[in-house]
Amino acid sequence: MRQASEIESVPAGNAPTLCAKGLSKVYGAITVLSDVTLDIHAGQVHAIIGENGAGKSTLMKLLSGHVTPTAGGLQMEGQAVAFADAVEAENAGVVLVHQEILLAPDLTVAQNIFLGREIRRGFMVDDRAMNRRAAELLARVGATARPHDLVGDLPLAQRQLVQIARALLDERKVVIFDEPTAMLANEEVAALLEIIRGLREHGVAVLYISHRLDEVQAIADRITVLRDGRMIGSWPAAELSQRQMAELMVGRQLDMLYPDKREVQTQAPLLLVTDLEVDQGAQKASFFVRPGEVLGLGGMIGSGRTELIEGLMGLRPSQAASVVVNGAEVTRRSVASLMAAGLVYLTEDRKGKGLLLDERLAPNLTLQALASLNPGLLLDRRSEMDCLRKAVAEYDIRVRSLALEAGKLSGGNQQKLLLAKVMMTNPSVVIIDEPTRGIDIGNKSQIYDFIDAMVRAGKACIVISSEMQELVGLADRVLVMRAGRVVAELSGDEINEENIVYAATSNAHGGTGEDSHDRSDGARRDA
Amino acid sequence: MTAATEPVATPDAGRRIRWADLAPFIALGVIVFLGILINSNFASSANIINVITRSAFIAIIAVGATFVISSGGLDLSVGSMMAFVTGLMIMTMNGLAPTYGNWAIVMGAGVALVVGGLCGLFNGLIITLGRIEPFIVTLGTMGIFRAFITFMSDGGSLPIDRSLRAAYRPVYFGDFMGIPYPVLITLGVILLGAFLLYRTKYGRHLTSLGSNAEVARFSGVNVSRVRTLAYVIQGLCVAVAAICYVPRLGAATPTTGQLWELQVITAVVIGGTLLRGGRGRIWGSVAGALILEVIANVMVLSDMVSEYLVAAVQGAIIIIAMLAHRFTSSR
Repeated sequence: MRQASEIESVPAGNAPTLCAKGLSKVYGAITVLSDVTLDIHAGQVHAIIGENGAGKSTLMKLLSGHVTPTAGGLQMEGQAVAFADAVEAENAGVVLVHQEILLAPDLTVAQNIFLGREIRRGFMVDDRAMNRRAAELLARVGATARPHDLVGDLPLAQRQLVQIARALLDERKVVIFDEPTAMLANEEVAALLEIIRGLREHGVAVLYISHRLDEVQAIADRITVLRDGRMIGSWPAAELSQRQMAELMVGRQLDMLYPDKREVQTQAPLLLVTDLEVDQGAQKASFFVRPGEVLGLGGMIGSGRTELIEGLMGLRPSQAASVVVNGAEVTRRSVASLMAAGLVYLTEDRKGKGLLLDERLAPNLTLQALASLNPGLLLDRRSEMDCLRKAVAEYDIRVRSLALEAGKLSGGNQQKLLLAKVMMTNPSVVIIDEPTRGIDIGNKSQIYDFIDAMVRAGKACIVISSEMQELVGLADRVLVMRAGRVVAELSGDEINEENIVYAATSNAHGGTGEDSHDRSDGARRDA
Repeated sequence: MTAATEPVATPDAGRRIRWADLAPFIALGVIVFLGILINSNFASSANIINVITRSAFIAIIAVGATFVISSGGLDLSVGSMMAFVTGLMIMTMNGLAPTYGNWAIVMGAGVALVVGGLCGLFNGLIITLGRIEPFIVTLGTMGIFRAFITFMSDGGSLPIDRSLRAAYRPVYFGDFMGIPYPVLITLGVILLGAFLLYRTKYGRHLTSLGSNAEVARFSGVNVSRVRTLAYVIQGLCVAVAAICYVPRLGAATPTTGQLWELQVITAVVIGGTLLRGGRGRIWGSVAGALILEVIANVMVLSDMVSEYLVAAVQGAIIIIAMLAHRFTSSR
């Protein structure tokens, strides 16, 4: 990257815009972050990478005043500063764009952007001025949302862009992005990276946290690696390959992240769906999955992947010519009836739809399989704890105590708990929506191994993913959706990122499109 | 975060004591202690039994309300429903008395249970099928049931037939080995409720639904059925309360059960059940009902505060309880 050296030369001689000196944060007996020293220069994009629990989020919160440090301090342009709270940090020009959406769903986009900073004329808020200014900001971040749209009506990606627009309302010296692309589709990511480049040209210091190493490589001038709360080091981005980054994060040589592909037998499908129509979601989708097979379901966010599967599960209004699970036709589709037939679905929204965050682990684990675990009227709480002990061991769920609430687990452990929960029902077909969203590499690789072991044991698995690499690495066959339709089916050597992206975005889908999800065609995959 | 990577599992820490769960019982103990200090008559066994018996109605209805509130719902109609059920029950008994004699009481009680269950079913179905906020639905039925009892009693009193009084009277005034029947009935309702909420699949489904309805739906829980059943259970509890209540006053009037919904919700909430759902405390609700009745009793026995202010003190209690909860839970 030539840019890096150019950029670095700009602030030479000047003090860094924001400088952390020996930052530490201790919660009780647990040291979350110890002795981190960091320089962030104007006109530079500084990426922070590390696994979940490495202390990235804590570092961001310390820098943006959301949390106060136990030891160490901050300097802005050579002056020592201490932020009592986020408002003070914002006034000083440091803003954090949160990973979670923190917007009021019942207010409009413009009202959200200006919340707490309304433009006023006398005693009244000047909606017209705010709408006009909001429109400019939205155009700048490449959002299609309009100022008067209700935030609650927007898809997640647009909400994320609104949140970014809100952060950019005032002139900033330091903008911190905490995993801004977790919910964005590839084209939106590209737009966001453009915005960040724009900020850099304006002389803003940008701090960028992401799990997606390709993005980090594309945007960062400098990369700092955190591991277990300690700083491993800081390098010019041009010096690190993605593989090196991953290895620095994990602290060991990366074995193959993905398990070897399997030989798929040409047995009768375990799941056979014909002409599934989901209201406002998907049209005429037909697909199947065989025992021992991982079927990938790709496409941009908003292409109808999740809607299709939620429709299949009876979670949305839908009609289908036929749905056959394990050779038996399921006529009245509901989560319960499909579960009884052997089909389960693991949601992409593990906090909102997957786990009861305020409940302990055992009730979470057994919720779905409650009926089969307890054939009588009574709940068998002792066997429930036995199930939990088994699941914790089998799925390597790392917990301090079995009496913890599910919300207290890290993302990776929550995902493993959720996987254990649906596997309690002993399904033969498992549909997993975004199996590794927002979790670190160590847990990712474990989840891939679970999926591999599951299909090797003769089950079938459908994986929905926005990460192309994940589909390429895991799937034996990939269906690509666009605008509610299955537009392509890829198998064998056809499965690569270019083909998936092309099918997901291009309007022309002749050769591999339309008829390719026909059953007889799909069965003849390359051995 | 970092701690979560330590694979240490302490077995069975699930039994650790949570002080917040004991708070309503401690509060009850403190109030009883103050009562004894203020008036020595308070501790007499006659007074204690009287207080517990009087709290039976609110306690029984509060058991049902614990189900509704744990599911994330609310039932404002319980007071009016109680009056309506009482009215229908008395009319049935009076109508059947000439033909069936004292058996009319049993039949009337049966009718009360059916009507209570149906009233709850009505609430539950409108909430789940109509997808309307429980607050609005039960606000509506609260008005409807109240108007019905006013209509049935013609704005006056609807007394039970004289011929039945002697036989029915012991249900409230009688006792078994010194323990009044209403207290025994309450105990039965509590045990049944606790069993249902804590030991059965239905109870687990109900709390999961209150904790996060989407998670329950995605886990294959029949959300509408579980939710509707909570209101049916509430209706049945109201009917049981009505059966115990009639022999006490011997009549239904347009003011029967008025404002009971507030006392019931207060009892449930100070008992530790979360108003937003997901956590139900049956015994806590009963402690809450006792707290309300004990406070009223202490105020009547003492000369310091006018008994006309009982409702004000009860109202203050719910606010204080919530403040204490907020204060302790945010550390």
